[in-house]
Amino acid sequence: MTAPRDLPSAEPTALTEPGATASDDGGASTRWVVIEPPSGWLHLGLRELWEHRELVYFLTWRDIKVRYKQTALGAAWAILQPLSTMIVFSLFFGRLAKVPSEGVPYPLFTLAALVPWTFFANGLTQSANSVVTNQNLVTKIYFPRLAIPIATVLAGALDFALAFALLLGLMLSYGTPLTPRVFWVVPLSLLALVAALGVGFWLAALNVQYRDVRYTVPFLAQLWLFATPIAYPSSLLSEPWRTVYGLNPMAGVVEGFRWALLGTSGAPGPMLVASSVAALVVALSGALYFRRMEQTFADIV
Amino acid sequence: MTTVIRATTLGKRYELGRGRAIRKDRTLRESLMEGAGEMVRGLRAGAARVEEREFWALRDVSFEIAHGEAVGVIGGNGAGKSTLLKLLSRVTAPTTGRCEIRGRVGSLLEVGTGFHPDLTGRENVFLNGAILGMRQREIARKFDEIVAFAEVEQFIDTQVKRYSSGMYLRLAFSVAAHLEPEVLLVDEVLAVGDAAFQKKCLGKMGDVAAAGRTVLFVSHNMDAVQRLCARAMLVDRGRIAADGDSRDITARYVLHGTPSRGPDQRLDLAEAARSGTGDVRFVAVSYRCIGGGAARAPLPDAPIEFDLELDAERRLSLGSLAVVISDRRGTKLVNADTVALGAVIPLDAGRNRVRVGIDALHLKPGSYVVGLWAADGLGTAYDFVERALELEVASDAPQALGVTPRSNGLVTCRFTASRLPPNGS
Repeated sequence: MTAPRDLPSAEPTALTEPGATASDDGGASTRWVVIEPPSGWLHLGLRELWEHRELVYFLTWRDIKVRYKQTALGAAWAILQPLSTMIVFSLFFGRLAKVPSEGVPYPLFTLAALVPWTFFANGLTQSANSVVTNQNLVTKIYFPRLAIPIATVLAGALDFALAFALLLGLMLSYGTPLTPRVFWVVPLSLLALVAALGVGFWLAALNVQYRDVRYTVPFLAQLWLFATPIAYPSSLLSEPWRTVYGLNPMAGVVEGFRWALLGTSGAPGPMLVASSVAALVVALSGALYFRRMEQTFADIV
Repeated sequence: MTTVIRATTLGKRYELGRGRAIRKDRTLRESLMEGAGEMVRGLRAGAARVEEREFWALRDVSFEIAHGEAVGVIGGNGAGKSTLLKLLSRVTAPTTGRCEIRGRVGSLLEVGTGFHPDLTGRENVFLNGAILGMRQREIARKFDEIVAFAEVEQFIDTQVKRYSSGMYLRLAFSVAAHLEPEVLLVDEVLAVGDAAFQKKCLGKMGDVAAAGRTVLFVSHNMDAVQRLCARAMLVDRGRIAADGDSRDITARYVLHGTPSRGPDQRLDLAEAARSGTGDVRFVAVSYRCIGGGAARAPLPDAPIEFDLELDAERRLSLGSLAVVISDRRGTKLVNADTVALGAVIPLDAGRNRVRVGIDALHLKPGSYVVGLWAADGLGTAYDFVERALELEVASDAPQALGVTPRSNGLVTCRFTASRLPPNGS
């Protein structure tokens, strides 16, 4: 790397005077930061992440602000995406293919699924690219790297809220009543968030090393869309299989949304348990993989 | 005196692609193929290959820094200074060794990290502050001070993409300067902005040091190192070559640190970091400035010649032979590439000598990095030595009045000025 030159001495010569080694003056307030080669032992570093919560907030805020500043349609995007998909699905699956919709008007049936799905799919796609997009930060400054995909997924929450308002509007126009079950939407949205984070962690870390991940992601999102009961009900499956289907975390989220808002047939209990377990496993393993790979992000990104 | 930074046998190893520089983007397929290839080769040739692919950017670095010390880190390009700061700031993890740092670490490896062009100055102050590790409350408290120091009060609600580069840098530095960490790591950020602002930055850094905080300052500016730091460490080829009083160390660096930069000296390139197929290898280089005065040192607008010695594996012809001159920050300034001349240079097997002459340098005084490139006509690199030598362009000011414009340009030119008669005909 360097121009070879002949120095009088190429060895480390003088260190500081050995007297300056005493390190403890009783100041317990300041912490020692220890920098060491990465060891096999892994931990999530959640405490440090919590200490940087303001950074997560600012990165989220930046992503939202920049997105809405740069786009011509701004907030309309949040609504257009699920709305247009709903129209296409209603025409082709609802009208032409006559896919059953459990007694609910098909547009409502599919939109209730598309709203959390869009949040998940966008979160996944954007977090997959997040570390690469933020490489100027990653190579220049230290902070818990998990903040990047987390902020990216969280930035989608505003779009999600807007799309949810659209869904409520459509329910109103169909005269669907709101029941107290609507509050289930909160934990269900959290489940979608956890699932998006989990897959996002995996893809973001993989994308740093393998740039073809970027091209795989839209394809993956599309496959996943059809592997999730969005255009059709999961009740097409008989019971043991319906619960197994719940291993796709978004299957539980989507059916949960329909149950909570539209009152479709019985609570998808076992399916939701399967989905929650699956989402947590993906999120935990994704976070661990991300933490393992982040040591080398700055060197290879 | 309490120790604030204690590094023991720190090392950082990078892996190089076979004969190539580190590839940034790999695809999964390439990785799989290469992995399979490695296995086959491994079976045939044993583990000997592994060594070649490694490069130690930093090795066996140990030092201690006490509370309140300001330490300058100097050394040539690629000596490992920046790697050291990256390790200390935890941007990248060390391969070996251990380092303990007491208290909050603020690092300024680059001015304006995380600035977003579409956000306003105000928004960027908060964003950048958070990225650097400041609390929102802290930023709000120092906000007016930050803006005043940067002298951008009127434009604080304008998007920073509309800022002049000077304003941008001032604001970015100002945010960082108001960070109050116990340990501040600074890399070369003073090389930005105009002279007046540089002076202001130096002053601010001096304040930080005077306030009893620990500062580690990487710079090429020997003057600044001497003024700010009582102690300096000289890093060379990944090791700490010297550590002590900053006056001694900087003097030593300037006098002996870069013998390679003198004109008319043959510089052996056997140990230079390089990439390429190796069919051709640069063996040595020397240069001289024609008509550059007694010292034959390069002058801003004078011609310069590079004599290159190359070893070729076989008879072949070079479609592209280039001398590349970059500034210290890696910006390519000159690329004297024979491909532009349409000239093919035939080489015999064994030792060859080639001279590349540049008619006028157009570089202002300062130090530059010269890289050497040899490739076939299709652009496959035989050999690429990114940093072959450092070139010190001397000042020819004594020939004129010796005044440098306050805000000088990137390159020089020969020019004249004369008064025209009014209503000129």
